[in-house]
Amino acid sequence: MPTKIEKDHVTGTETTGHEWDGIKELNTPLPRWWLLVFYATIAFAVLWMILFPSLPIRGATGLTGWIAREAVVGEMQAHQARLEPMMARLRATTPGEIAADPELRAFALAGGRAAFANTCAGCHGAGGQGAPGGFPSLADDDWIWGGSLEAIRTTILHGVRNTEDERARQSQMPRFLADGLLSAAQVNDVAEYVLSLSGRAGDQAAAARGAAIYAENCASCHGERGEGNRELGAPRLSDQVWLYGGDKASVVRSIAFSRGGVMPAWQGRLDPAVINMLTVYVHALGGGE
Amino acid sequence: MFRWLDHGKIERNLILLGVLTLITVSIGGLVQIVPLFAVETTIERVQGVRPYTPLELAGRNIYVREGCYTCHSQMVRPFRDELERYGHYSLAAESMYDRPFQWGSKRTGPDLARVGGRYSDDWHAEHLRNPRALVPDSVMPPYAFLDRPLEYGDIAEHLRALRRLGVPYSDEMIAAARADLVAQARPDLDPSGFQSRYPKARQAAFDGDPSRVTEMDALIAYLQMLGTLVEFRDVTPEQLRQQ
Repeated sequence: MPTKIEKDHVTGTETTGHEWDGIKELNTPLPRWWLLVFYATIAFAVLWMILFPSLPIRGATGLTGWIAREAVVGEMQAHQARLEPMMARLRATTPGEIAADPELRAFALAGGRAAFANTCAGCHGAGGQGAPGGFPSLADDDWIWGGSLEAIRTTILHGVRNTEDERARQSQMPRFLADGLLSAAQVNDVAEYVLSLSGRAGDQAAAARGAAIYAENCASCHGERGEGNRELGAPRLSDQVWLYGGDKASVVRSIAFSRGGVMPAWQGRLDPAVINMLTVYVHALGGGE
Repeated sequence: MFRWLDHGKIERNLILLGVLTLITVSIGGLVQIVPLFAVETTIERVQGVRPYTPLELAGRNIYVREGCYTCHSQMVRPFRDELERYGHYSLAAESMYDRPFQWGSKRTGPDLARVGGRYSDDWHAEHLRNPRALVPDSVMPPYAFLDRPLEYGDIAEHLRALRRLGVPYSDEMIAAARADLVAQARPDLDPSGFQSRYPKARQAAFDGDPSRVTEMDALIAYLQMLGTLVEFRDVTPEQLRQQ
């Protein structure tokens, strides 16, 4: 193969000296700056391997001794140490005392807002407005298990109907149709009566028939006039706030098959100070008692 | 630079070209292969990690089938912001029975490595059916079609295949795989055999309907156990040390 290097007069670049059927190839080397950057990245990689843990060898931690997992522990501790004076006070006081102390309250509301967004908003909504289908609003004054600071705190600590905490709030409504306690006609009648408690009965005759069934089967938990019972987590039926929908079909379904939501227990997952902050924050969302 | 290794010379010398090619390819291969010999040293000695129950495994297969990993990672990195939001950073031990692991590489949705127990089963079912009913600004597609019967006739074969890859399923687990799958989704059935094979695994009507086993049951069973196996309250720094 002829290797005659010549200068191409159009570009001013030398050829590689190869020639195939009269076609010649320009010898255009990589730009010097590009090559230098390339060599610099290789040098950087070698330096990195020396300084930081990169080699799969026992004890190869790098000259700096830096390990991501240990570094983050130190970072968390430093951050917690900054917060600790306030967190210790929040842990040692009751939610009632926090709400009464302007400084603690301001801190708890700010911290509670952040914790709520991460921990609670998935079910209860970003502003505590709840969601249809059994996710109660925390921003109104209709409480299932109680809206005092102490009741809210208990609910956050132990949750509702979960299997992980034996002190979880428990209650179970019977499945009146599914378990054969009431006939379909009786369920219809008692649903009409329940609607009448909030002044919405469509069929007065059915509601009248349902009154006796209600008194026998429902009143012991939901109250004579549907006022509810927080000890048992039995919702009030005489208002316009409905957990699973207040139309007749939804009420019939709740009576026939029973419903009940589950809330995780947060004790053990969250710092007691964070639970106190959440308590004060939820209480301040609008419906605290 | 390197005049003596001029490519013109290399390309004309077949033996030199062969030797240098071998060296280059070997470096690339060693970088990928050698760390695998040390993979045992990366697994932390924590307690509690067990193989997936048959129902969780079926749910995991759905997770892979639907490509959940393209939007959800399962890897809490050791950064303060991630620890504050999700909990303890992920351990190698937590995915030692994953074939393949589901660490993911992108978070369009949140990380799921610690999602187990954070929400109720009802929440998961409702959220999978219609994500925006619960999270108004979510961009997740609805998965309401998962309310269809789960096909699990071959679940024992899945366990057997994983055992070939090193997951410690016993003969008893494989033989009882179909019964265990149904038992976990039907809390009304006798749990004794299931609970002895998979201690602490939760039995529930995950999709709210105990009368049948659906894909929804399987996926929620899988999601509800993610990140719950290791009790981080009891873990010592010594157990977390790698190597």
